[in-house]
Amino acid sequence: MASAGGSLPRYIAQRLLLIIPMVFLLTTIVFLLLRVAPGDPVSASLGGRLSEDALDQRRASLGLDRPLIVQYLEYLKDVATFNFGETITDNRAIIDIVQENGGATLTLAVSAFIVALVVGLPLGMIAGRMRDTGPDLVIRIFGVITYAAPVFYWGLLFQLLFAGALGWLPVSGAASPETIFEVEPVTHILLLDAVIAGNSEAIVDILEHLLMPAATLGLLLSGIFIRLVRVNVIQSLQGDYIEAARARGIRESRVIRSHAFRNALVPVVTVIGLQVALLLSGAILTEATFNWPGIGNELVQYINNRDYAAVQGIITLFAVVVVLVSILIDIVNALIDPRVRY
Amino acid sequence: MGIGHRLTAPFRQTSGFARWILLSGMIIVGIFVVLALFAPWIAPYGFAQTSYAGGADFPKATGPGGEHLLGTTSFGFYDVLSRVIWGSRTAVEVVLISVVLSLLIGAPLGLVSGYLGGWLDRILVLVMDALYAFPSLLLAIVFSFLLSDFFGGGVVAAGVALTVIYVPQYFRVVRNTTVSAREATYVEAARAIGASKRTIMTKYLFGNVIQSVPVIGTLNAADAIGTLAALGFLGLGVQPNEAAEWGYDLQRALPDASAGIWWTGVFPGLAIVLLVTGLTLVGEGLNETVNPTLRKRRLRPFTLPPRGAAAFQAGKGQVDL
Repeated sequence: MASAGGSLPRYIAQRLLLIIPMVFLLTTIVFLLLRVAPGDPVSASLGGRLSEDALDQRRASLGLDRPLIVQYLEYLKDVATFNFGETITDNRAIIDIVQENGGATLTLAVSAFIVALVVGLPLGMIAGRMRDTGPDLVIRIFGVITYAAPVFYWGLLFQLLFAGALGWLPVSGAASPETIFEVEPVTHILLLDAVIAGNSEAIVDILEHLLMPAATLGLLLSGIFIRLVRVNVIQSLQGDYIEAARARGIRESRVIRSHAFRNALVPVVTVIGLQVALLLSGAILTEATFNWPGIGNELVQYINNRDYAAVQGIITLFAVVVVLVSILIDIVNALIDPRVRY
Repeated sequence: MGIGHRLTAPFRQTSGFARWILLSGMIIVGIFVVLALFAPWIAPYGFAQTSYAGGADFPKATGPGGEHLLGTTSFGFYDVLSRVIWGSRTAVEVVLISVVLSLLIGAPLGLVSGYLGGWLDRILVLVMDALYAFPSLLLAIVFSFLLSDFFGGGVVAAGVALTVIYVPQYFRVVRNTTVSAREATYVEAARAIGASKRTIMTKYLFGNVIQSVPVIGTLNAADAIGTLAALGFLGLGVQPNEAAEWGYDLQRALPDASAGIWWTGVFPGLAIVLLVTGLTLVGEGLNETVNPTLRKRRLRPFTLPPRGAAAFQAGKGQVDL
């Protein structure tokens, strides 16, 4: 790393600077889509429930009576200061939604990622190593099916089997009502809170609830890992350095393990960064399937209530998260693979 | 070499495994296209029909068998088989609209942007990259959330909402190939004989740049099926009174899971899985033949010429491929 030390900080600085136009563009798109559209958000979500005067008051308090350009600048200023606004229907600050529901989404995403790594990496390596044989065929079909079946279909099938027919696992939710009542919210990540409280019954209950959603979302991601790792293993097995290693008389198992697999994994890290978007989409659907109290579930409810401000705030937040994470992955990538930062 | 010969070229160039993938994918997709085209004749009932011709209502949530081969639903008491068949018509329609529209918008934009370059290219690339980085489901959610206010919840609105997701993909691929083809000798030759920019783009570049589009198109179609179902599952997209939609049916089947009513969700979901798998197989099969790094073509065995210099000089070495 030391030899390229000079260019690394520059690369990181470049990537960080890129955040600004990316966030600016995405937020502009979101604003244009949701605000410039005719019809006004307040009557869309509250029309018929409040008097005309009250509606006007709400419009004024949300700043919707001002010219669009003023609203737009105001919105950009808010985003720059991480203020994503408030919902119209129940006056919640978006940042509060993040605090209260973000923990559930994070728990789901991280555990799904673990499932995907544990399932996807080994299967992808086997398939790549044994290209065009029986195991490869079986694993590829598994990969295609995990990718082809929508997450909510997996979720439904799991529910039918493990909650309906076998009765082993709870059908939905993040925990039973008693657990939620007992565990004191400290971090707003239920599992962590239960661990802090040392409540072993609650921990078991939470894990039982987590199992199906995590497996559901994890399977979706594992299909992608399999495809990716397989192709990379195949390509790296064709590399000259593999031939060279074999020519030097290195054992085949060692050639595969330390020469082929190692090099096949570097591009995987790159593409994992691109999967953040997929993880997020998958999380929304998984949350809707299992009534999981995450941000995605909130988004769906606000969509059904036609709460423009909430939808705009949550989508903007997601956009910012996606940009930040993808740039973070770029930087991690540059640390791993010196070729990235020319 | 007729057009038929050229069209089947990727198929003939594949060997066992890739050919098998391509063929099985085509069969699955073909079945769904037939279902979509002839839905009114194949489906036993209408997609919104809840009673027999005699006037009696369908029974509520009956299991598969008898009058209702795949059972009836617990909401609205529809016939599951009919909804699955009509659903394939909706899926095929929406996917056709979105893939064709995004190709019509994305490919020309990419061609123009890649060939002309300059500030237009920079801006377009930035916008498309931003759209591409955005989670596609969220984009579809925002668009169908908006479009439902204008167009209602029909097939067209859903198709247009999905279009936005796929435009950047065609744009990127076509633009990048255009940029690398722009300096090729045959384009330079065209410029030298005084061909206009328009002629170069339409007559010279278009045909060479469009090669990778079929693979992307099929894979996008597979993705569009999933996204359409996801929108329906979230209560957006095609509304139930407009057409039968698999994702919506799955959402309505969720409460049935703990009651042991499995047929309401399993069959529409199976339809999604099959169609997406079929399209993915076609895409993968095409990709194996188009992408040289994955390609394993049928080549005749290669034998090096015998060591004797005489044989080599006589040109008897078997080096033909």
